[in-house]
Amino acid sequence: MEELSLHILDLVQNCVEAGASEISIAITECRRENRLTVKISDNGRGMDQATVAAVTDPFFTTRNTRKVGLGIPLLKAAAEQCNGSFTIESSPGQGAVVVASFVLDHIDRAPLGSMADTLAAVFAVYHVDIHYRHEVDGRVFVLESKEIKRLCGDEIRHPRIIQWLRAYIEEHEKQVGGEQ
Amino acid sequence: MKTVDELRKLREQVRDMTKLREGEQEVRIVVAMGTCGIAAGARETLNAMMQEVAARGLTGVSVTPVGCMGLCEREPLVEVNAHGGRTLYAHVNAEKARRIVCEHVEAGRVIEAWVTRN
Repeated sequence: MEELSLHILDLVQNCVEAGASEISIAITECRRENRLTVKISDNGRGMDQATVAAVTDPFFTTRNTRKVGLGIPLLKAAAEQCNGSFTIESSPGQGAVVVASFVLDHIDRAPLGSMADTLAAVFAVYHVDIHYRHEVDGRVFVLESKEIKRLCGDEIRHPRIIQWLRAYIEEHEKQVGGEQ
Repeated sequence: MKTVDELRKLREQVRDMTKLREGEQEVRIVVAMGTCGIAAGARETLNAMMQEVAARGLTGVSVTPVGCMGLCEREPLVEVNAHGGRTLYAHVNAEKARRIVCEHVEAGRVIEAWVTRN
């Protein structure tokens, strides 16, 4: 994956396949601590401890279209290749929490990339509620899909609404001024 | 800056546009969004399709995601269910995605050169 925002999109697909209806995405960048952290949690069906231990293995997957499952191992590798860390916590019925942390100025850290593109794609095709929070050195941008749905109802997936949302997110991402 | 008031107005504008026009048939687009699809560029493919559908003011078009189809080497994959047929396109980048919207989704002409079989 060329961007961390693509890993995030991939994890949202995992959450949806786990039956989640609510997903929280939190990105925290702190220059003082030289750290970028991505935390994704959901209210999906969760996993037992054996499954949690197995998902970082590329030769584990729950699907049957192919024999490898690369989403989680790729994110883990992306974090570890730049002195970061990766944790996943879950139990049956309790959803899951994935935290990937990166050394902000590490030469091998993938750029965050476009969260506007990732969130536009998520809103366009997934019927889930998203709580999005992006903090950069104390400046915060928060987006609640429930708030947007309150304003525009089911039309949230209309292509023109998606274009508007994408531009709106892009503006606010620029304002918090995170790493690209 | 964009304001939520704009969003409210936009909603009023699009509310009636989601209904099918007379004689129009529904088109269902499926984009493969597994790890393989995303790594190959499915996000850009999907967003380009949404942009083109919005720009052309097409109605009755739905876009749904699907996981890995087992054809990872041909990602990004896009399936178009339109005009009574099912067509699977391989290696659909953003540019191809836009052309599929205008030629296949809007005008009903399958782009044979990009079709793949599974």
